[in-house]
Amino acid sequence: MKEKFSVITSTCVPLPVENVDTDQIIPARFLKATSREGFGENLFRDWRYDKDGNPIKGFVLNDPTYSGCILVAGKNFGSGSSREHAAWAIADYGFRVVVSSFFADIHKNNELNNFVLPVVVSEAFLAELFDSISANPKTEVCVDLPEQTITNLATGKSETFEINPYKKHCLMNGLDDIEFLLSKKNDIEAWELKK
Amino acid sequence: MANTLFDKIWDAHVVNSIEGGPTQLYIDRHYCHEVTSPQAFDGLRQRGLSVFRPGKTICSPDHNIPTMNQDKPINDPVSRNQVETLTRNANDFGLTLYGLGHKKNGIIHVIGPENGLTLPGYTIVCGDSHTSTHGAFGAVAFGIGTSEVEMVLASQCILQPKPKTMRINVNGKLREGVTAKDIALYIIAKMTTGGATGYFVEYAGDTIRNLSMEERMTVCNLSIEMGARGGMIAPDETTFEYCKDREFAPKGEEWEKAVAYWRTLKSDDNAVFDKEINFDATDIEPRITFGTNPGMGIGITEAIPAPDPEDEAGKISYAKSLEYMGFEVGQKLEGYPIDYVFLGSCTNGRIEDFRAFANFIKGKKKADNITAWLVPGSWMVNDQIKAEGLDKILEDAGFELRQPGCSACLAMNEDKVPAGKIAVSTSNRNFEGRQGPGSRTILAGPLVAAATAIAGVLTDPRNK
Repeated sequence: MKEKFSVITSTCVPLPVENVDTDQIIPARFLKATSREGFGENLFRDWRYDKDGNPIKGFVLNDPTYSGCILVAGKNFGSGSSREHAAWAIADYGFRVVVSSFFADIHKNNELNNFVLPVVVSEAFLAELFDSISANPKTEVCVDLPEQTITNLATGKSETFEINPYKKHCLMNGLDDIEFLLSKKNDIEAWELKK
Repeated sequence: MANTLFDKIWDAHVVNSIEGGPTQLYIDRHYCHEVTSPQAFDGLRQRGLSVFRPGKTICSPDHNIPTMNQDKPINDPVSRNQVETLTRNANDFGLTLYGLGHKKNGIIHVIGPENGLTLPGYTIVCGDSHTSTHGAFGAVAFGIGTSEVEMVLASQCILQPKPKTMRINVNGKLREGVTAKDIALYIIAKMTTGGATGYFVEYAGDTIRNLSMEERMTVCNLSIEMGARGGMIAPDETTFEYCKDREFAPKGEEWEKAVAYWRTLKSDDNAVFDKEINFDATDIEPRITFGTNPGMGIGITEAIPAPDPEDEAGKISYAKSLEYMGFEVGQKLEGYPIDYVFLGSCTNGRIEDFRAFANFIKGKKKADNITAWLVPGSWMVNDQIKAEGLDKILEDAGFELRQPGCSACLAMNEDKVPAGKIAVSTSNRNFEGRQGPGSRTILAGPLVAAATAIAGVLTDPRNK
């Protein structure tokens, strides 16, 4: 049972870069762990630290101006590798929501399976949100999963977002897919017999 | 109703449809490597579960393994632990393992097809985005995350939203020096890196039809690089010929029955796709990439194009990408000095790739400034290279064959391109730091790699 998801209001961490691939979210050399813990410290490793391990000034995670549990990223977030370590790193760092105008498929599933909510917004909403955060880093966003709405509290602009009813139910009740599949064992065996 | 190839296979595997939600899909074949599986096995242990259908999962370590001295313990203790964890998990849960030293060991996407474990009509998954490779056989094959690996281990099923369908038709005769890799890099550049996200792609047209199975695997392998959930090609005589007599392919009467079914696996004449796109094969020349995603590609004789002036947000990312590579708009890359050449990976690590490379370099000498890593995709490929005497041709030209594995494609082992150095690589991703922190990657096919390894600078293989 994971933490249940409902309404989240938070300041945001802006990353206005497009096509952020999962190799940037967590480079391959950090995939060697055999547990799910501790990936947050290497989130965006090569953008965040230099080769000697010193924080790179100017990268948003090193900038105390920005904080919060909502990551706002440019379009096509999470492209490339299927590594779930990327979603683990995002969750372990403390993000609960990722907002973008477009997500890569596998990464989007991986976020949902780790109780991180990917919120797809229009390009216009995203551009305005980046502007709001840039003008005031304390800009808050409200993500309401039951109502499927996202609101930029600086401008009052609101959009609805899509999520399939099954996944919404899982997130709101802290349920995962394996429990569901285990409850369907009889159907699976019946299907196998038919073949 | 007229159905697409994708629909036929998907629909034949639906166990349940959840209203307004994903499909519960039965999985015929599950491949497992050491990087994306340990947490899934731990999940089973925590829940007190066994593997539901152990005969359907095949394990092979490939990402972390060294490409020299595989008979000795792995130097890096963390890599060693991950590989040993896969061995322990396979043993504990009763799964087939082609471990280090096994004659069937190799990159999971190479060994599946060559052993007849990948067959037409299958649903195939693996915790690896290049699972799309197996679509070349007319299978629905796609990459999954570790939570989904656990689902498959626990129930032989997965919950997936049904993707939309796209058909990409390529027609026309390929020009000299153009390989399957060039077709794929051309398509990805036209589609962009996210252009097929949400879709499952069927490749069709006479150019595709005329490709060998290995060439088809190269094309399907790269489907994910335009965001596609997977890519597939309808099975035909080429497919059946390839599968026949492979170790795990059906035999005798079972084979005849299987082929009869496989012949039905094609899109109906009037099937409707959510999107349909056409390309002319005669437009394709040998390809290279210039940026930090596989969609940033050009013909080898072309100059780096300017970014789309309409796309304000995209311009920043484009500039960041060129800055990382040390290139500029308008620059031509032919003749650019190269440090490393990598032949291998699940994209271009099969026997035909080594034949193409060896045939090109035969009687020539490797340039002194080039460090070349030639890494077969599997031990079976390695043995075939030796059986055909390609290793001698390579050695005579100053090249050395390494041992099989994923190697420099993602540099989880020692095969790392140093910071600032640039590689021409037959692999699948040119992301920042993909081949080692600070490394720079130009993706290309085996012929561009061969020509470059001989000349020491980025070279068009047509200028022999």
